[in-house]
Amino acid sequence: MPTHTFVLNGKSVTVDVADEERLLWVLRDVLGVRGPKYGCGINVCKACTSHFNGRGFNPCAVPVGALKPTDEVTTIEGLAGSVGRDLHPMQEAWLEHDVAQCGYCQPGQIMMAVAVVNRAKRAGREITEADLDNIRNVCRCGTYSKIRDAIEDGAQRMGAG
Amino acid sequence: MSDEPSADPTTAPRQVSRRSFVGYLLAGSTVVAAAEIGLGNTPSAEAALPTVAVPADIYDLTDAQGDAALPTQGLIKVQVNKDGTASFELPRAEVGQGIETAFAMIVAEELDLPVEKVHVTLAPARPELLMNQITGGSASIFVLFTPVRVAAAIARQALLRAAAIQLGSVVDRLRSKAGEIIAPDGRTLSYGELAEKAAGVDTTAIRVTLKDTSDFTVIGTRQRRLDARDAITGRKRYAMDLDVPGALPAMICRPPTLNGTVRAIRNAAEVKAMPGVTHVVTVPTGVAVRAKTFGQCIDAIRALKVDWNAGLVASASDESVLVELKRAELPLLVPSVPLLTKVRDFDFTFYFRSGSPLEPNCAVADVRADRATIWASAKVPVVAVQEIAGKLGLPMSKVRFNVVEGGGSFGRKLFHDGALEAARVSKACGAPVRLMWHRADEPRQGRQHPIATSRIRVAHLAGNILSFEQRHTSVVTDFKHGFGDVITATAARLPFGDVALSQAIFLLTQFVPYDFGLVTQTLTESNQHFNTSAVRNIYSPDVRAASELVIDQLAKETGKDPVVFRREHLRKPRVRRVLDKVVAEGKWGRPMPAGTAQGVAIHEEYKGASACLVEIDCRPETVNRPIRDGVGGPRVTKVVYAIDPGVAVNPLGLEAQMHGGIMDGIALALTASCHLEDGHFLEASWDNYPYTRQWNVPGDVKVFVMPSDNPPGGGGEAGVAAAFSAVACAYTRAVGALPKYFPINHKDPLFWEPKPFVPPVPASPTDGLEHLI
Ligand code: FES
Ligand code: FES
Repeated sequence: MPTHTFVLNGKSVTVDVADEERLLWVLRDVLGVRGPKYGCGINVCKACTSHFNGRGFNPCAVPVGALKPTDEVTTIEGLAGSVGRDLHPMQEAWLEHDVAQCGYCQPGQIMMAVAVVNRAKRAGREITEADLDNIRNVCRCGTYSKIRDAIEDGAQRMGAG
Repeated sequence: MSDEPSADPTTAPRQVSRRSFVGYLLAGSTVVAAAEIGLGNTPSAEAALPTVAVPADIYDLTDAQGDAALPTQGLIKVQVNKDGTASFELPRAEVGQGIETAFAMIVAEELDLPVEKVHVTLAPARPELLMNQITGGSASIFVLFTPVRVAAAIARQALLRAAAIQLGSVVDRLRSKAGEIIAPDGRTLSYGELAEKAAGVDTTAIRVTLKDTSDFTVIGTRQRRLDARDAITGRKRYAMDLDVPGALPAMICRPPTLNGTVRAIRNAAEVKAMPGVTHVVTVPTGVAVRAKTFGQCIDAIRALKVDWNAGLVASASDESVLVELKRAELPLLVPSVPLLTKVRDFDFTFYFRSGSPLEPNCAVADVRADRATIWASAKVPVVAVQEIAGKLGLPMSKVRFNVVEGGGSFGRKLFHDGALEAARVSKACGAPVRLMWHRADEPRQGRQHPIATSRIRVAHLAGNILSFEQRHTSVVTDFKHGFGDVITATAARLPFGDVALSQAIFLLTQFVPYDFGLVTQTLTESNQHFNTSAVRNIYSPDVRAASELVIDQLAKETGKDPVVFRREHLRKPRVRRVLDKVVAEGKWGRPMPAGTAQGVAIHEEYKGASACLVEIDCRPETVNRPIRDGVGGPRVTKVVYAIDPGVAVNPLGLEAQMHGGIMDGIALALTASCHLEDGHFLEASWDNYPYTRQWNVPGDVKVFVMPSDNPPGGGGEAGVAAAFSAVACAYTRAVGALPKYFPINHKDPLFWEPKPFVPPVPASPTDGLEHLI
């Protein structure tokens, strides 16, 4: 089987799996990285949201063969480390607002929140209500209002941090 | 109980203070204190050591002897550890409702220990607990509040006694604070130092007095979830995240029609030869594949060629089921009413809905010839053990069921569908498995909240309501989880056993909280061939939404404001109080632009009272706002919710549960249902089943937890009925027409293309890198 090398949470990893194996299963079943969750497998629920070279993406919809050795994949486990802290400012906001209920969607929610805030930053603007409305991540526990509050708070903290 | 006259004062139980209870210090190497489950629900004071009564056919003599030797097994225990922490194994499921945190607070309160030092874990299935190991009906806090306090208070008492000896003092002169015992001269001993010295030598009954509620310093404070950090760092482990040696991924190729069965696999050998695939086996629910990754399982399922037998509802559709329900509907009785009485009939339909959490059904199973171990989230693990043992041909004592934190439940985890399948697949493969349902399986083959009609007839004369009759007619709701009782669960499998149980549950949960003269409410059920379960709040969301809508109509006909009308007819001051709160906080009656409106509703359940006020925007520019792959529709813009839950152990956690109920209520009223066509449900994705998403979330949600002296009630389900009803009422007022069915978009053209039924699961996309955020 072909080998694939990419950077995972700051460290280069090499796996021996078929090209078309989706990255979600490479992470969860081959590498044992269990933070990104399965909720649909078809890029709809966003529970698996992680970062690809600093941008939000969904590993359930990416064949591992598409990755280059220099590509950086960050999962929830590596988020705080990516900014050299124990907790990312967005995670701090999540704690502050006591967002999680069952918690199953929350790794994906946080990774998406950071991506949405960074996208606004890249565009040189603040996040908007429309940005929040357009977040597709499902939370079946219904923590949506707290997620909105936490993202606004986290965006402030990211700006200050 | 104290109010009841006693026939013979000499034999009446001795009256004791409601705060004084007896529990046990158990023999052990460290402090282990225990109380009977259910303590506090009866005034029995001088409890003897409990005996465990169980029917012989499900629990044999050997088991009973084992338990007779351990009379304290049926107790719940709080332990103080040598490191100064306390441990409590909770015989309930944590599925997001926050009971681990709530019970840590309860232990911390009576033990005088910081909350962070209390470790709450989930108990595995404990068959000896029988009815006392069910997480359902939002009853956990109600049932366990007192016993857990008693156990913690006894542990504290034991520590005080040991400290008195150490410090050469007496218990009454010592005090406990934040994990230390403090002598009048300032000397201190930590709980850790005392844990072994205070250990019981044998089982000793101890009387303790619980704290007065006015002395609470932990209960009633806003406590963040203790597992929050694990959840937000990805460290929290759900069943699918467990590393059980050899437990490879497994999934099931399911039939194209509901509950179809396998006739033949045409290419088993070919699929077994696919990369990573280790097994292809037939189980009652389909063809199971086991492989090195779930990706390989999905590929294998898509490659399988299977001949299927159709299920029992092979050609059923929403319409055909509704015809059956109509046939089953009981007639409304025209009451004999005075001349000039107005008699009004109303009829609502509530379509099928999926209660599936974000975490699909899943479980890890390691089944060997002589024993089995299961890891899964389950709210009635004792019933799960009973059924799994039966299906595997093992004695119950050889099945260990480890209860894992669940990624949501909403009624689903009252059942153990994933665990049973995992056990069967593990047995068939002769190897451990980590089994997962595909998302597409959930609405298509998973349990649905049943389709129902609710008809109401009201008679009123000169502003007075003379009668209120409600006839709820529903596809059978599966209650085989038996509300925790192994015995009931067995009885429910008898023909029509469920029906009687549903009736009981309907009657135990439904009532009309208004004074409306002659009131009747009945449940009739029809068709037991669907996979159903009660979804969060069981019958109440539908029954109450129908009632509250009718109440608005009555208010209109009698020329009254909806709030005034409700206030005039509500029976309990407690309900009026929450209604008044939302009316004031939500500025009821403020001027609203055309096409927008307020709606209000109340609900009483789980020993609590709720009121909800919402504002909705039904203007075309809002309804038709563009949403990619989703429903826009009317948008709820504001929600004000007030709940009197009795004593709220953790108001912050309770608020979170109301948020969940509100989002559920919005979905039930406006967006979320499953469509039955040709014997299968069309939905197969979160983009087909529009549970509330961010674009439908109100910008303004406020929850008020009212101070209350009533005993602690339930929170997990309490938010749904009032929220659904208030949204339905607001929508009706905004558009000026009473809906006939819910959700209101059920008959709109689908905004999505149904996914194929063969193969039963869609391929994962490959274009993820083209959609970076
Ligand atoms: S699992 Fe990746 S988006 Fe749902
Ligand atoms: S917290 Fe449970 S799904 Fe979001």
